Amino acid sequence: MDWQAFLLTIRLAVLVAAILVLIGLPIAYWITYSRWRWKFLAEAVVALPIVLPPTVVGFYVLVALGPHSPIGRWWEALTGHTLAFTFQGLVIGSLLYSLPFAVQPFAASFATVDPKLIAASATLGASKLRTFFRVILPLSASGLVTGVALSFAHTMGEFGVVLMVGGNIPGVTRTVSIDIYDQVQASNYSSANQTALVLLAISFVVLSAVYALNRRVWTVWPWK
Amino acid sequence: MEISSRPEISRAQEVAESWSTDSTYMLFVKIRKCFARNAQGFVLEVEFAAPPGLTILFGPSGAGKSTLLDCLAGLTIPDAGRVAMGKTILFDSTLGLNMPVSRRRVGYVFQDLALFPHLTAEQNIQYGLRHINRQKCQQRCASILRAFRIDHLRQRRPGEISGGERQRVALARALVTDPHLLQLDEPLAALDARTKSHILDDLRAWNQAHRIPILYVTHSREEVFALGERVIVLESGRIVAEGTPHEVMSAPQQETVAQLAGFENIFDAVVVAAHEERGTMTCRLSGSNVEIETPLVRAAVGSMLRVGIRAGDILLATSQPIGLSARNIIPAKLLSLAQRDVLVVGKLDCGVQTEVHLTLAARDSLHLAPGHEVWLVIKTHSCHLMQR
Repeated sequence: MDWQAFLLTIRLAVLVAAILVLIGLPIAYWITYSRWRWKFLAEAVVALPIVLPPTVVGFYVLVALGPHSPIGRWWEALTGHTLAFTFQGLVIGSLLYSLPFAVQPFAASFATVDPKLIAASATLGASKLRTFFRVILPLSASGLVTGVALSFAHTMGEFGVVLMVGGNIPGVTRTVSIDIYDQVQASNYSSANQTALVLLAISFVVLSAVYALNRRVWTVWPWK
Repeated sequence: MEISSRPEISRAQEVAESWSTDSTYMLFVKIRKCFARNAQGFVLEVEFAAPPGLTILFGPSGAGKSTLLDCLAGLTIPDAGRVAMGKTILFDSTLGLNMPVSRRRVGYVFQDLALFPHLTAEQNIQYGLRHINRQKCQQRCASILRAFRIDHLRQRRPGEISGGERQRVALARALVTDPHLLQLDEPLAALDARTKSHILDDLRAWNQAHRIPILYVTHSREEVFALGERVIVLESGRIVAEGTPHEVMSAPQQETVAQLAGFENIFDAVVVAAHEERGTMTCRLSGSNVEIETPLVRAAVGSMLRVGIRAGDILLATSQPIGLSARNIIPAKLLSLAQRDVLVVGKLDCGVQTEVHLTLAARDSLHLAPGHEVWLVIKTHSCHLMQR
């Protein structure tokens, strides 16, 4: 079994989940509380990766990161190499692909916070930021846990985007799912089976942990 | 900015001066807010001043009471007008001023309290005390916990304490921030009478020491009489009456106020004759031949009025009474009797349908039953005349 691929995949998934917390929370906040009339367009854009085939997402990310796009040229000028077929490129592709899996649970749980509590916080002199950290976030802890776990698990298992953006470079962009694909292509079924089983186990453990955590939230605040 | 330089609030200003109190904590409101809530829409348009002390906002649900409070707290932005607290302007549409909610210092106890469920009672109370140092914060929190007798609950979460205790925590949380205006939106609606009066006593004691205006929303007339210094009656987004509870509720000028004030019987009537020398009038109830004697009001013979009679002000007699001072003795037929708690509600037909309230003992000793012929006895001054 290719432990290098495993380590790489976990590193990618942890990094993506962490970054998605940082950018997903403000986006989810904006989606929940903005009264902008064209907000639904932004919501649709965020949800797009759910319906698009991963290859389509991967293709556009590849084009955007390539040496012919402004982003690609800027990055090349900055670092001296292109983003395509690198670990950083993989992170960017995965961020886009997993964004809805973080933003949607965040936004859904923000929406369940009683607006009266937010109003009460404001009348007690709290700023929007303080209200967010002291009231909204603690009361949507379960959504936060779900969003982090889903984006982690989703990144662990992605295939199409990785193949398009990262290719298959061992130690750099070769993730577990690509490794499994390679094993099957090489008719190496027992190895593929082992790797698949480990991935299955990790996914199961992560999801169980999520549900267990969310249940604990319920028993601590039984009236919610 | 001087308030008095603005002509549109001059009326409120005059009212304020007539109270001759310190205007630092005088609330001036003149606002207009439209909602396209349904096909007709809803317009809140009010103008009033509230001095330190308790002012009751009274009216049926949907009258705009909570909307008004939201406008004052800054949670809803009025379309036009001005809200000022002493010389501090909270909102002014012509000046383009709208102070953020968090800087208005309006203590607001919501109808459902809005306690933070994940924080303890103590943390809830300390929530609004961020800007002062820790020791002072502890001190103020401790003293308000004592004042509202919730010392023992400090480590409990809102889900673990009773309704009355939650009410106290919510009040304490709003008061500890030293607000310049306190708004209570039916805060005691769900409580039993004893708990309610205890909390009100504590609130009154607090208000003696902190002379700020308190706006108290209710739709219970018992509360209006129990609390009343001033009452403002709201109906469909407008102020329909204003004054002391006695002025407003005992002699209502409008039918809507009368219904709120507990007049179970409201009849259309025509003035048949005026007896200037006796100070009374004779009115015929529309749709019947029943003529009743009422107090004299400024109304021409033939004009249409409305008569309100409380169900509890009507006596029943099983035979025609004699030797009574009451001027209205009307034959009627008992249609139905229904027991409501310890009250018996009788429906009678004397030409118009009338509601009468009796005690259980009265019903039993008179052996009343539907179909019986009885006499209604109504004093002249139990008949309240209203405009139509």
